[in-house]
Amino acid sequence: MTNTTIDIPITLNGRATHLRCSAPTQTLLHALNAAGHTGTKEGCGDGDCGACTVALLHRDCDGITRALAVNSCLIPTAQLAGAQLVTVEGLQTLNHGSLHPTQSALVTHGGSQCGYCTPGFVMSLFAAFHSAEKAIDDAVVEGNLCRCTGYTNIRRAMAELLAAPVLHLAPLPEPATSEPATSGPATFADTPLLRRPGNLLEALALKHATPEAQWLAGATDLGLEFSRAAQHPKPLIAIDALPELNTLHITGNCLEIGAGVSLSRLQWALRGKPQNGDVDLSGHRNGLRTITTMLHWFAATQVRNRATLGGNLGTASPIGDLLPVLLALDGVLVLQSVRGERLLAAADYFLGYRQTQLSSDELVRCVRINLTGHGTRRLNESYKVGKRGSDDISIVAACFVLDLDPENRIVHARLAYGGIAAVPIRAMSAEAQLIGQIFRPELGQMVRPMLEAAFNPLTDFRGSAEYRKRLILNLFDKFLAEMGAQL
Amino acid sequence: MSTAQIAPAIPHESAIGHVTGGARYTDELHMPAGVLSMMPVLSNCAHARIVWLDVSAARLADGVLDVITAADIPGENDTGAIAHDEPLLPTDTVEFYGQAVAWVVAQTEAQASAAAKLVRFELAPLTPILSFAEAKTAQAYHMAPKLMLRGDIEIDTALAQSEYRISDTFSSGAQDHFYLETHASWAYVDSESIVRVHASTQHPSETQHIVARVLALRSYDVIVSVVRMGGGFGGKETQANAFAALVALAAVRTGKPVRIKLKREHDMTLTGKRHPFQTDYHVGFDGTGRIQALRAVMVCDAGWSLDLSPPVLTRAMAHIDNAYFLPNVHLTGLMARTNKVSNTAFRGFGGPQGMLVIEEIISAIARTLDLAPERVRAHNFYGGADGSEANREETHYRQPVRDAGVNGISGALRMQRIWAKALTQGNFAARKLAVAAFNQQNTTRKRGLAITPVKFGISFNKVQYNQAGAHVLIYSDASVHVNHGGTEMGQGLHSKMLSVAARTLGISARHIKIMVTSTEKVPNTSATAASAGSDLNGQAVKNACQAILGRIYTLLRAHWGLTEAAIFRAQNDQIVSDCGRAMPFKDAVALTYDQRVSLAATGFYATPGLSWDMANNTGQPFYYFSCGAAVAEVEVDGYTGEWRLRAAHLVHDVGASLNPLIDIGQIEGGFVQGMGWLTMEELVWDANGRLRTIAPSTYKIPTISEVPEHEFSTTLLDNAEQPGVIYGSKAAGEPPLMLAISVREALRAAIAAYAKNTSNAPIKLACPSTPEAILTAIDTLRA
Repeated sequence: MTNTTIDIPITLNGRATHLRCSAPTQTLLHALNAAGHTGTKEGCGDGDCGACTVALLHRDCDGITRALAVNSCLIPTAQLAGAQLVTVEGLQTLNHGSLHPTQSALVTHGGSQCGYCTPGFVMSLFAAFHSAEKAIDDAVVEGNLCRCTGYTNIRRAMAELLAAPVLHLAPLPEPATSEPATSGPATFADTPLLRRPGNLLEALALKHATPEAQWLAGATDLGLEFSRAAQHPKPLIAIDALPELNTLHITGNCLEIGAGVSLSRLQWALRGKPQNGDVDLSGHRNGLRTITTMLHWFAATQVRNRATLGGNLGTASPIGDLLPVLLALDGVLVLQSVRGERLLAAADYFLGYRQTQLSSDELVRCVRINLTGHGTRRLNESYKVGKRGSDDISIVAACFVLDLDPENRIVHARLAYGGIAAVPIRAMSAEAQLIGQIFRPELGQMVRPMLEAAFNPLTDFRGSAEYRKRLILNLFDKFLAEMGAQL
Repeated sequence: MSTAQIAPAIPHESAIGHVTGGARYTDELHMPAGVLSMMPVLSNCAHARIVWLDVSAARLADGVLDVITAADIPGENDTGAIAHDEPLLPTDTVEFYGQAVAWVVAQTEAQASAAAKLVRFELAPLTPILSFAEAKTAQAYHMAPKLMLRGDIEIDTALAQSEYRISDTFSSGAQDHFYLETHASWAYVDSESIVRVHASTQHPSETQHIVARVLALRSYDVIVSVVRMGGGFGGKETQANAFAALVALAAVRTGKPVRIKLKREHDMTLTGKRHPFQTDYHVGFDGTGRIQALRAVMVCDAGWSLDLSPPVLTRAMAHIDNAYFLPNVHLTGLMARTNKVSNTAFRGFGGPQGMLVIEEIISAIARTLDLAPERVRAHNFYGGADGSEANREETHYRQPVRDAGVNGISGALRMQRIWAKALTQGNFAARKLAVAAFNQQNTTRKRGLAITPVKFGISFNKVQYNQAGAHVLIYSDASVHVNHGGTEMGQGLHSKMLSVAARTLGISARHIKIMVTSTEKVPNTSATAASAGSDLNGQAVKNACQAILGRIYTLLRAHWGLTEAAIFRAQNDQIVSDCGRAMPFKDAVALTYDQRVSLAATGFYATPGLSWDMANNTGQPFYYFSCGAAVAEVEVDGYTGEWRLRAAHLVHDVGASLNPLIDIGQIEGGFVQGMGWLTMEELVWDANGRLRTIAPSTYKIPTISEVPEHEFSTTLLDNAEQPGVIYGSKAAGEPPLMLAISVREALRAAIAAYAKNTSNAPIKLACPSTPEAILTAIDTLRA
């Protein structure tokens, strides 16, 4: 395992360079630190503390340079070959030698105490400052833990930043083609251990030939393994840049979410600020409410910037927060392999704990969601309960959909839960019982026996089985009460 | 926001380094080439006899230079801070799940990790003690019980004579420090055979002593330096010693520099936490809610070794009064010896655990008598609600609470002033009406409001620790090095020491550098702990600066031909005399050099007037009390037990602040850290004694979203100069953590609003009060 270093070409703080890695899957954080760039810190190695946050630069459709915050402790360096990377050490250089406004605001307002988390906060705020929305709110630093300040001095710095004039970063060179580079720098990182195919067919062919290989998308889950051991036991096929997976559009009444679309992109589209040519989804606020709500609770910005729906489906964790939403929305998965493509209902996809219908040579290409309800009115919402309100793993997640006819009679019902079984799961007996009922908040009492009988959740360090059982019932009651208040 | 009142705000001395990534931490210092890395081999049993341990395969692994076990220790195999009961590496038994049985030394961390998996061992399980109940059954306690007593009558008589009585058991949970920088140490042996250790430690002197102990060296053979820590919170007071000893031992054995930087899961598995406490109490009180007698048995979970548990327990017992006068007290303190990590110092050092008990009791009293909790609190204050009851001003360990007077305010009971200010700042009366109105209108969401006080004793309980040294060097170009014994962990000590030196020497801070803390500059230092860092080191720095200035003044007196009566001052980069003569500081320094007078001095300080009778647990252990109060309002979801802090208004007394920006940061940071401990930070051990929450994915400390955006204010008590403390300031490190008890009490108030019956039984709320605990409490009331 020794002496198999690989040099990854990367533009670091405006300078073309190489980062030497002990393996293609050595994380960016470890490669940076090993090269003496110690400003980027390891606080957890799990993508949960944000001390390792760095920014990736890209050109938006107007040619403006935008920044995206990511956790460097999760990303394999080779996945970033050719990328434009900014670390905390580079901000002064990018700002002509002066402290960037993000840095000076934190200094002025006492936003650092021990300073160890500070580079992460600087980079998250830097990315927000140079995002299209310049949205500098709690959400952009929710993925950054600080143990010293209590955050209030950081908030004071954020208020100053919000009021500061917009600054533009130096323009990035236009990419040579609209396709992701299939030659040049990228090929440096295309090693047998980590392949970076340029298109879907190439990727599927590779997987067909090496079925033991693992798909690698945003690396927000697999990255935990790279963080602990740079050498990964299985070859990887990186699909984060495949154009065929990176589209978000509506055809007819059908929303198609590419498996490689980052959750942040989905959020931007839902907020009416689509990027990368994505469809504007703000017109579907009610129909897609369950997605919007769940994305709010889903991890933190740095993770959402990399995580994908395909990844959530690929890992198939029972606590993957978007999975109950897909169940409730009757999502349909488009699975593709060299053998062709097939459609599968989300409800049929999960077989057991982290086991799915996906064959060894298949890939989830996209997910389709029908935007038309079954009645004249749709009531729907998502819920997530954790020990901590923000950025926590679910104790229970739930997603409910009720379609009503003009008489408020329930014509379609979906009650889907995560965190209560080995797979994300629907309460089908309760759903059946609800059909034909006139909507009323007391329906919870009626389906209570079915909900009690349907699930047998576990006790773990997040919560007891008893608490989970209560949440299964109470969350549906809460939903009914909230919807009742709207009717 | 009260920060607006204060100008100018002086940022942390390393702030620019923090935001540019230029500020380096222990593991990022320039190390000699060829540094080796160490990784631990962890036991998989909480309590077991080691049958055999075989490191031979690991020794042969790629890149491995050494595998260290107990047999390799040349000196004493012990890192205990108080008792010698803490083997660095186990010889016969493992005492907690995850204890390191060996450490692998390899060229890279990855190689050390891989080789650690090749170390084989057999453990023969012994019965572990994993709970208070198991400790009680086995009578597994460290040391004899401690007693702290007061009262003219026998406690059971006092209880019997009380109009009302409540008996209950209350437990509080552990807390991981979760400093963002995990433990780090590296060492090498220099060309003069000095073992040089760089460690992320709050207590470099003790680290030095323990490295010497383990290596069979003397203190003069070991130098320990601390550049800065990425957080400490007590978690690096003793816990750094073992890692420093390991790298030093490996450096001596291999002849190469060796480092340890713990992975988060190793840090959480290997290091001690805040002590969980379980307290059985019997309280007697009258119909007005006044406490008349308290008998309690306080048991802390000390873990497998003693560490700092005795003083933690003492402080818990000495803070069970919080701000309240307790006429008859009978406290018994015990330290359970369990098969868990050895619990240790954590911001407040037992004080918060003690104070929680009395706040639990006050809430129970208020509920029993159907009185407003804030009134019962004030009614029980030292000196009474209005401060007029002079016969209620002495703590149960016999220390007067009233402080010395200053600025025309006669010796004051500060709590009454603080309380009034907090009620105003928090708009308490109006808020209470609004909360009641909201709760009338809503059945599935309820709000709760509370105000709680903090009174916290400042000084180490153990008198001899209350000393500090400094070493100030003025170079002939008038630039200054300040060395002091304290360590910087984010609390802003170096910034404060910089201001003290600048203010004393009358020069701009840009002429002064605070040096890396090192045992070769200031010996025999105490831990930077007990909130006393700036009090102790500040006086020592001032003292050293004054010694040099005294020599300069003597020279100038002769130089200017002035009489003995002439008075000098150092200000605005000048030395001025009262007769109108002035000389730039720079020139005065040059003159002093030319006249062959020393421009370096040591400074020393020992806190006056302290006493502590270890046998009876009485005396005057604290130089003064740091006080504060907080108003908190929460909203609780009746479906899930989830909650949100709607508002927090904090008032705290930091005397005449040395640095308001830093003190406000300490107060707000302490409050949020306390809120984390009380509400969301839950350490979960499984039935085998294995800690299952060893990462931020499962151990949740507060994020920005848990802190209210608009309704959050921090007010420093005005006109609060503290006599006898460095420039009238007061300690700020630990006390604000306990302001967070207001959040717990607000949650209890919100839970009470769900009650369907008119029972006045006390509302039980587990600690931490996670959403699950809150829903359980609500369901009990709704049943």
